[in-house]
Amino acid sequence: MSAQVKQKGVAPDRAALFWNVLGYGLIAVFNALILTLIYGFATMGNTALVVVLGIIGVGTTVVFFVPRLYPIRWMVPGLAFVLLLVVYPIYFTVANSFTNYGDGHLYAKQQSIRLITARKFVPPDALSYRWEVMQGEDGRYALWLTREVDGVLEVVFAPEGDSLRVVEGAASADAPPEFEGFRLLSGGERTTALGFIQNAVFGEGDDTVGIRNRREAARPLKQRFVYDAEADAITDISTGTVYVANDQTGFFEPVGGGEPLAPGFIINVGLANFARFINDPGLRGPLIDIFIWTVVFAAGSVVSTFALGLLMALILNSPDVIGRKVIQSLLIIPYAIPAVISIMVWRALLNDNFGLINRTLIDWGILTRATVIPWLTDASWAKISILLVNLWLGYPYMMLISSGALQAIPSDVYEAAAVDGATPWQTFRQITLPLLLVTVGPLLIASFTFNFNNFLLIDALTQGNPPIPGSPVQAGYTDILISYTYRLAFGNRGADYGYASAITLVIFAMVALVTVFQTRFNNQWERMSDNA
Amino acid sequence: MPKAAATFERGRMASSTRERIIGTALRYTVIVIAVAFALFPVLFIISSALNPTGQLSTQGLLPRVDDPSRLFDNFRGLLIDNLRVYPFWRWLFNSFIVASVSTVLTVLITALSAYSFSRFRFRGRQSLLLWIRLLQVFPNLLALVALFLILQQINEVSDTLNQIMPILDWTWLRSFGLNSLGGVILVYMAGAMGINTLLMKGFLDSIPREIDESATVDGATNWQIFWQLIFPLIRPILAVVGVLAFVGTFNEFVLARLILRDTQNWTLMVGLFNFINSDFNRDWGQFAAGALVAAVPVVTLYLILQDQIVGGLTQGAVKG
Repeated sequence: MSAQVKQKGVAPDRAALFWNVLGYGLIAVFNALILTLIYGFATMGNTALVVVLGIIGVGTTVVFFVPRLYPIRWMVPGLAFVLLLVVYPIYFTVANSFTNYGDGHLYAKQQSIRLITARKFVPPDALSYRWEVMQGEDGRYALWLTREVDGVLEVVFAPEGDSLRVVEGAASADAPPEFEGFRLLSGGERTTALGFIQNAVFGEGDDTVGIRNRREAARPLKQRFVYDAEADAITDISTGTVYVANDQTGFFEPVGGGEPLAPGFIINVGLANFARFINDPGLRGPLIDIFIWTVVFAAGSVVSTFALGLLMALILNSPDVIGRKVIQSLLIIPYAIPAVISIMVWRALLNDNFGLINRTLIDWGILTRATVIPWLTDASWAKISILLVNLWLGYPYMMLISSGALQAIPSDVYEAAAVDGATPWQTFRQITLPLLLVTVGPLLIASFTFNFNNFLLIDALTQGNPPIPGSPVQAGYTDILISYTYRLAFGNRGADYGYASAITLVIFAMVALVTVFQTRFNNQWERMSDNA
Repeated sequence: MPKAAATFERGRMASSTRERIIGTALRYTVIVIAVAFALFPVLFIISSALNPTGQLSTQGLLPRVDDPSRLFDNFRGLLIDNLRVYPFWRWLFNSFIVASVSTVLTVLITALSAYSFSRFRFRGRQSLLLWIRLLQVFPNLLALVALFLILQQINEVSDTLNQIMPILDWTWLRSFGLNSLGGVILVYMAGAMGINTLLMKGFLDSIPREIDESATVDGATNWQIFWQLIFPLIRPILAVVGVLAFVGTFNEFVLARLILRDTQNWTLMVGLFNFINSDFNRDWGQFAAGALVAAVPVVTLYLILQDQIVGGLTQGAVKG
């Protein structure tokens, strides 16, 4: 039965009317909000987000008014979420990977121009004013400015966000207690105001006044940079220098050469980010090391956790063992503790000097103070430590899934093996393991992809340390691809979102490959077990 | 006990008694080693939490307490005395808010989508399902940079709107941007949308359609069927999924640390991490106390829900 038929069956009673009106109201409010956001993002020059928000707004409205789309109505919140915070980020990552987005180039050209042309300067020939602070009923501040030019008193009233006004016929330089709804501030109020007005601009347009320092006089401020759309250039009025937009470098550069204007803007750099880690030997070296370690780490983690997990599952499955339930509960505790906490505890245990492990080894006479094991500070030991900690974190999961899979293996297979006189090892190797892999195989591959991107472990345990010397970007011996990417984007050597996005896409391609492989593998096993 | 393994064992038993004794001894040896490996860090943290000397360098597996009244010094320090520097309760509250809001909203929103996928047949249904499945392949974590920048843009659009449309105050938008709990909730919900929709659709598919068809005959609307009939039916499953999702978000660290900057806004995991990250030796005891407070409820939940978790794991519902 289809949805529309059900719809028509409902009589339009008062409740339905109420819901309809509420629906129209919500749609109207929602669209008003979307439109405002579109206006905002359009001002910032963010076309992509404008398009996404447009789709969400129009889509919601259409779905609400077209009866045929009734089933979609149920999905609107979910779809809007997925579009805004799953699809758009993917698009954004792809788009960023072709740009120079990063420190020095943080804004779209439009926004960059807005920021640059908003700057003011004090003209050298400007006369300065003495000033007093006033405040209007709406909380806005204003300045009462006075100066003497050739013995003639000149008084100017300068409210925030409104044009300057010359006050004619003022008798004295002292500010009146009240003027056009603004009252003179003194004492504590004045002190509070001073903190604010040092950053404020009084007046409107190009006719403005500001105070740089509370002890200094007020001076007229002029717009310093003017943008000429036709020439695509910015002129610095204070020096006369002309800066021309260079769409190759993402900067406004002075005609004769010299320092470009900051901030630069985002430009399309094509495949340059991808070419960088292929061509630049300084980047390529660490990247190859990191890639190899990522694969070793992910594969090593899967193998070690599965081996221990399976061993424990086999032992706990045998009827000889008393208290299996209790033992299993004790063994899954590492899985239940929040991972960050466990990792921090391990970091403490593995600490070179203070850590329990080294201290115990010294107490037992195995090590001396001079020969402590550098668990987290030596490249090779740190890798071993990471695998050890991940074994502790991960084996309970493998134990649980193996235990479930073992119980699903039909008993007649074992009976047949016993009749044929198979040794326990043969039974395990040729019956248990292959049958087990049918169920857990896909989960092992999922575990591989999970560990391939196991950012948390690396970041909380070693932060990628020890560092690889001589690398032009921050990189460490224990970094895996995803933690390396994170450091490129958020590390303390400056943000490079474009390059980080490019590497993200490369990681994604690898993960996708593994996933495709997993799906194939899955289907194959399913077919095989169907035949069995 | 599964029959399979039992038979397997019986076969071995017959071979010889001596072998059997060795086998059993071997098993228990492995169990003892494994349990020791699993629990010594846990023992270490309990001991550290109770040990009144808070430095890392003096901790062992058993607390050295001479004066029983000082047993809870670390708890007192973190939970009462140090609140001005490390607002522990605030962090716990933040974690609770983030985890419960994102879980409840995710369950509701995905249940709506899943109901539609499960009960209606419309053009594009199959391809929409396929797309949701495909989008799942791109992990939330890979979009780290993009999500960060998007939240930053929400803050920027708030400033921009305050400039160009000052009639209204747009500062509220910042409570969904960078450094806000709202931002974290949005990101968590986005990450959970796809998988939970598919999971929920599976639950709904298992409920026979005859139930809602008979209700339709009685004149019930779709919304009534969903809310008064179907939803109560799947509530037990939703409770388990909800608890697991809650624990997952409660424990999440990577995204929360990236998004939340101010001490007051940290979630418990971010707070505890930052508490100890700068100086490992100094306040180790208090960190251990905080870790226990955070971990004990979660571990208890896991142990209670053990069987459901095993069921969920084999279905791939819970990420490992």
